[in-house]
Amino acid sequence: MATTLDQTIARRQRTLGGAILGSQTFWVLVAVILACLFLSFATDSFATAKNLYNITRNVTFVAIIALGMTLVIITGGIDLSVGSVLCLCSMVLAVTMHAGYGIETGIAVSVATALLIGAFNGILIAYLGFPPFVVTLGMLSVARSLAMVASNNTVVFEFGPDHDKLLALGGGSVFGIANPVIYMIVLALLTGFVLRWTRIGRYIYAIGGNEKAAIATGLPVRPIKVCVYMISALSAGVAGIIQTGWLGAVTTNIGAGMELQVIAAAVIGGANLAGGAGTAFGALVGAALIEVIRNSLGLLGINAFWQGTFIGSATILAVLFDRIRNFRRSE
Amino acid sequence: MGRLVVLLELSNVSKHFGAIQAVNDISLSFEAGQVVGLMGDNGAGKSTLVKMIAGNFRPSHGTMRLNGSDIVLHRPIEARQFGIEIVHQDLALCDNLSAAANVFLGRELRRGIGPLRVLDYKAMYRRAGEIFKELRSETRPRDLVRQMSGGQRQAVAIARTMISQAKIVLMDEPTAAISVRQVAEVLHLIRQLRDRGILVVLISHRMPDVFDVADRVVVMRRGRKVADKPIAQTSPEEVTGLITGAIEGG
Repeated sequence: MATTLDQTIARRQRTLGGAILGSQTFWVLVAVILACLFLSFATDSFATAKNLYNITRNVTFVAIIALGMTLVIITGGIDLSVGSVLCLCSMVLAVTMHAGYGIETGIAVSVATALLIGAFNGILIAYLGFPPFVVTLGMLSVARSLAMVASNNTVVFEFGPDHDKLLALGGGSVFGIANPVIYMIVLALLTGFVLRWTRIGRYIYAIGGNEKAAIATGLPVRPIKVCVYMISALSAGVAGIIQTGWLGAVTTNIGAGMELQVIAAAVIGGANLAGGAGTAFGALVGAALIEVIRNSLGLLGINAFWQGTFIGSATILAVLFDRIRNFRRSE
Repeated sequence: MGRLVVLLELSNVSKHFGAIQAVNDISLSFEAGQVVGLMGDNGAGKSTLVKMIAGNFRPSHGTMRLNGSDIVLHRPIEARQFGIEIVHQDLALCDNLSAAANVFLGRELRRGIGPLRVLDYKAMYRRAGEIFKELRSETRPRDLVRQMSGGQRQAVAIARTMISQAKIVLMDEPTAAISVRQVAEVLHLIRQLRDRGILVVLISHRMPDVFDVADRVVVMRRGRKVADKPIAQTSPEEVTGLITGAIEGG
């Protein structure tokens, strides 16, 4: 078949339909939708306004952190400290407000704490060459311990003069949509925009694809790496602030083990731990699948002990899909 | 063809690392629109010489002149600002990005106003397509580099140098790790660069490639220049002898 050079260059190897069918995120989304349809018919309690309200709200905390985690994972890193950072930021907020400061001060101090931790992680990783796993594992321990120190390991449930404002922030709703869900959507759109349409987004993918090439090209690799760890910690801090408003109390064990759920959500959504791949939408879809599994087991009357088995299997299955595609490609 | 203008001139350039004399008193001049093959055994000093031109190392002694004025390069980015680009052996591409994204990496085209500027995918795909056409390479701007052949990857790496309007392209073993069919493709790309008036310095171990594409060959042995000849006035046998030391060079 004779084709000119022009035609060859102009041809798209991947059509839009092909790209969608070939994406892990799409199939996970299909799984979420099928599961929801099945549950709507199989149970009376799933498709109720109250349950859907609960599910969407529960998704948000993992989803918001998964957005930040996805950026870290795209660069080829990992952040194990997010669960503890969530706890510390919640506690800093709670203790500050309990001491009589307003909600603005509380949030400012809490956000500053998150950014400081993120910068610490990022600088050690980007400038001093520490492995991300080690630094953030250390921070996992440090942050939770600091939360215990800050609160003397007590439960804080009185948030000073702005108590009601905080509860409205996390527990309120607009037009029947829980506030946390709105925050999640806004943050997801923002993350998606940055990844797709800005230079820093492209550099994040470039670093994950080939860090040496990114350095040789003169990209600001180190500042960007610090930046993604700061965003990751910030996402944990924001989730912590919202969760505090929703729960109305902070204990020193909130967010324990959450890092694993968050990483699972990011990976189910198509983020590749080897770096170079992942999307904001994928993070939401991954978090949604985990929450739907959890919710459905409860509604179907399956023993809660099975939860880990199902979520773990979903993680492996999602990645299996990616492996199959790779095998096909390499043949 | 007009009179050849000296583009880059090295005068008595040396580089030593501690007691090791990697490059010893080399003087060379390069003209625009030439392909110069740089040959020598491992450890002959080829890479060190090229890295000095690319701004990775500063010469211990000697001067470099570009277009008649002295230049001192402290970092690769400064060399790039002078229009000196290097195509690394491992190509330094991001497999997970499209060909166009790699071509424009670090120099993305954007649209919009002020701080609200977003990546201009359409313009980058179009411009990358134009460059691949100029290079006569069947490389599609939207394809991921992961899916590309060795020849196409070279085209992407070379297209990067063309975006920056390079005057000098240093190529480190571009044909070492690819199939025979793709070698022809890469040599073709090198000719395309030369025809655009670019000086190409080709480091290679592969004698047939150098004799196929180069106008001139410079041979180094133990840090010294042992020959600098037009291709027409030498032979692979002579160059081999010069590389190994069987023939004493000037």
